[in-house]
Amino acid sequence: MSLFLIVALPFLGALLPGLMIRAGRSACASTTLFITLLAFIGLMTHLPAVMAGEVVTAGIDWLPALGLNFNLFVDGLGLFFAALILGIGLLIITYARFYLSRDDNMGEFYTYLLLFQGAMVGIVLCDNILMLLVFWELTSLSSFLLIGFWKHLPEGRQGARMALAVTGMGGLAMIGGMLLLGQIVGSYDLTVILEHRDEIQASPLYVPALLLILLGCFTKSAQFPFHFWLPHAMAAPTPVSAYLHSATMVKAGIFLMARMWPVLSGTEIWVVLVTGIGLLTMVMAAVIALFKNDLKALLAFSTVSHLGLITMLLGTGTAFGAMAAVFHILNHATFKAALFMSAGIVDHEAGTRDITRLGGLRRLMPVTFVIATIASLSMAGIPFFNGFLSKEMMLEETLHTTLFGSPYLVPVLATVGALFSAAYSFRYVAHTFLGKERDDYPGHPHDPGFGMWAPPALLVVLVVGIGVAPFLAEPLVKQVTAAVLGNAAELPYAHLKIWHGLNTALAMSAAAVVGGLLLLLAFAPLARAWAAGGPPAAKTLYDGVIWAAVTVAQRITGRLHDGALTRYAAIFAVTVVAVGAHAWFSGRTGAPAREMLPIQPMAVVGWVLLVAATGVLIYNHRNRFLVLVLMGIVGLVISVGFALFSAPDLALTQLSVEVVTVILLLLALNFLPRTTPVQSPPGRRFRDGVISIAAGLGAGGLIYALMIRDFVAAPISGYHLENSYYGGGGTNVVNVILVDFRGFDTFGEIIVLGIAALIIYAITEALLSSPVRARLLNRPIEDVAGDAHPMMMVVVTRVMMPVVLLVGVYIFLRGHNEPGGGFIAGLVVAIAVVMQYMASGYAWADARQRYPYHGIIGTGVLVAGLTGIGAWFFGSEFLTSAFGYFRIPPFQKFELATAMGFDLGVFLCVVGAVMLSLESFSRLARRSDTEVSEYAMDIDPSRDDPDAADGKEG
Amino acid sequence: MELLLASAVGVLTAAGVYLVLRLRTFPVIVGTAFLSYAVNVFLFASGRLTMNKAPVLQEGVADYTDPLPQALVLTAIVISFGMTAVVVMVALGAFLSSQDDHIDDQPAEAEDGKGTAP
Repeated sequence: MSLFLIVALPFLGALLPGLMIRAGRSACASTTLFITLLAFIGLMTHLPAVMAGEVVTAGIDWLPALGLNFNLFVDGLGLFFAALILGIGLLIITYARFYLSRDDNMGEFYTYLLLFQGAMVGIVLCDNILMLLVFWELTSLSSFLLIGFWKHLPEGRQGARMALAVTGMGGLAMIGGMLLLGQIVGSYDLTVILEHRDEIQASPLYVPALLLILLGCFTKSAQFPFHFWLPHAMAAPTPVSAYLHSATMVKAGIFLMARMWPVLSGTEIWVVLVTGIGLLTMVMAAVIALFKNDLKALLAFSTVSHLGLITMLLGTGTAFGAMAAVFHILNHATFKAALFMSAGIVDHEAGTRDITRLGGLRRLMPVTFVIATIASLSMAGIPFFNGFLSKEMMLEETLHTTLFGSPYLVPVLATVGALFSAAYSFRYVAHTFLGKERDDYPGHPHDPGFGMWAPPALLVVLVVGIGVAPFLAEPLVKQVTAAVLGNAAELPYAHLKIWHGLNTALAMSAAAVVGGLLLLLAFAPLARAWAAGGPPAAKTLYDGVIWAAVTVAQRITGRLHDGALTRYAAIFAVTVVAVGAHAWFSGRTGAPAREMLPIQPMAVVGWVLLVAATGVLIYNHRNRFLVLVLMGIVGLVISVGFALFSAPDLALTQLSVEVVTVILLLLALNFLPRTTPVQSPPGRRFRDGVISIAAGLGAGGLIYALMIRDFVAAPISGYHLENSYYGGGGTNVVNVILVDFRGFDTFGEIIVLGIAALIIYAITEALLSSPVRARLLNRPIEDVAGDAHPMMMVVVTRVMMPVVLLVGVYIFLRGHNEPGGGFIAGLVVAIAVVMQYMASGYAWADARQRYPYHGIIGTGVLVAGLTGIGAWFFGSEFLTSAFGYFRIPPFQKFELATAMGFDLGVFLCVVGAVMLSLESFSRLARRSDTEVSEYAMDIDPSRDDPDAADGKEG
Repeated sequence: MELLLASAVGVLTAAGVYLVLRLRTFPVIVGTAFLSYAVNVFLFASGRLTMNKAPVLQEGVADYTDPLPQALVLTAIVISFGMTAVVVMVALGAFLSSQDDHIDDQPAEAEDGKGTAP
């Protein structure tokens, strides 16, 4: 089966349980089982090839430019882990079917489980470290969902959060480490990286990369000081604990250390860190485990301890150590998953997993008793069970390991760890199953159904099988070890066997077992001492750190993001100026090379006008009408400036936009207060002044510095100038750029403009259907300026309208070859129409408006789009324009270009957008107390009314 | 001439930033309009200034003004109108619904004290 399919199957399959649960719980579980089985069989099709030492690969280039390739490969190590994940997955799925109660949403559970499974398989089969990181994060996320599966339990939620925070943090560190590694080698492909041992270890980036990767591995595999999340994750349903926290996820860190072993291991820092941390974790967690009363907590700490053991073995950096690690991974997965499942059975049937309330279950639950005992004895390291074999190898390895200059440190501590390991294993059996039968169990303990005990029983068969006949597992272990070692070391010659003779390791092992038994006998006084001594509470520390981080974050956020727009704007302005200044003073610039244009007197006049208008505006900015007048002056000077600097198109556009903007703001001021009250204190105003002057100096200085220098690279305008006429058929290059070279941009822009107008329309509609409408209708009339619709204005706008429209059409038609075009023509026509609104009122004008403006916008976008699509029928790209010259007697020769159709779309869109915006504003202006006039010009009736005239002047 | 234009950009930017930092909607809108002026002129000037050069292709003329910044600024002007219109409408809608044209949320007690009349 294709490797892609093996990885994809769990992900695709994750869609099914949610659906199948409707067909019943068994159907749901069988479907999940079937998917996993399929993936497992698919994996096993590669078994012969891998056992023959081949590496099966599959890959597609995804983003080769980034080094991100979706490459998969399976060698001994990958196959071993994938088989563990899928194989134990099969057992867990079966077990969970009977473990979950009717209240649990089984479809959800299996969905998460399959997601997790897919992510894990992805990690172990991935050949690209970037993809590996993605899968790595996926396991963190899916395990979060699984740990927090019982959402109603606060411990579940807290445990899930803690696991996510710790492993997520490690994942971030890992990203950094992997990127560094990729940088050193120049490739993100794992197989390539694994061949560059010397290069990596010689690099100055080796240490940071190693530290970051180890941080990721240690958090994931719960090594000290990140071990604390694992016991808290035990709030998860037991199948999750058995799956994630014994066999798979916590082994991901181990897997990665093994995978990276050929390139990272062997250096002094590796040995000290990995062996040291592993040893410390092993001993510490074993001691804590002994005194845990919760069965799952005991197992959780024992898992941490065993993970420490494996880590330590990988840290020694010898081939034999690696082989022992691989063998122990296999053995630990078998006996620990069985133990977790037995703990789950006890919890399920006896109603508690508090060891102090248990005991004497051996007659009530004989099957469970046998399973748990065999698995425990294996964990304790008793001969003829597989745990013994790898523990023996571990002890043998420690005898050859020197840490901190002492040859005794590692063996002694390892024996102590093994001793406590034996003690808690014995305690697990003795305090749960042995002893007197009690009559106060919360439940009615009895053996579960076949479906629930079969999975752990199967594992226990393996435990005994490997324990009795270790040579059966030898080819696999050797093959996996070879994959771990890569080219870095020779495969050790040693064989897996029970009897190695009377050697030191056996003596250490015996000492551990005897010591463990003695510890159990002295357990009661020891436990009292332990409780009095106060067990170290990592959770308190963790909570403190999280609390501190949250407080600091809140404080910073509270200062920066307090919801005040003004503050954001100030921070933004200061930051931009500061960053700009830093870039300017630290960067390099070319020498000023351009000749400046001579200053013209008229330009000085314009400049003075602009600066004076701006100054007066700032000084008087509270008088809002004055602001509009002064703004008009500024806009006017700018458009004259555009004309002066050879940009007639811009001058025309600026001018017409200026008119429309002022009308718009006038309409708005109709509803807003006429003046701005004084609000900010002088200090605040001074501060704002300083900020704005800095911003002004920055912007002005930057553009000045730009203008006195030449272009760094030749601008592309030359291309536009050359091709405008022959390629685009127009002499007005600006217009040709808009409708042809950069037509797609323009297409987007008119759509944005249309959307802006529609937003305005929508807000108006919302306002008019809210209580605001009543307030608007009844607002008091303030100073009315005589005639609402003065006769002079009406007449003039009526006369002007055809003229302005003609000008609009003229500007539109000449746009391709002379200054003008759709944008400007649209604005001019919009002004012509809006003048009618202003002169005769909204009601009058609206009654004479045949087409709705949003329709016009839509038509514009459609026309522009269809023109672009038209090019497809001639086999060209979207928006490719064509043109030709035609002659209809008696007229002169004239040009027709498809770009004109596009420009028509622009024109319509601009007209529609401007009109829709302005119309929306004027719709707000209706009042209830004034009648809507039917007439174009109305004489204010109050003036003809003799009664009213008395009270008023004139 | 470059100095005149650069200083004009500086003045427009400073005015824009100052107005944007005010506490009522209307000056902020005017401020954004000023910033649009400044940015448009800035963009235009990044094509370097030319006077009395042909903007439109003609026979026998070899020296033209840079058309690309002009084309970019042209659409920018129109778009900034669209943006101003939207901002004005949002501000207006907020004012009409709450009778309050403060930019930032006001502390509850301050609002009671002022009692802005329509």
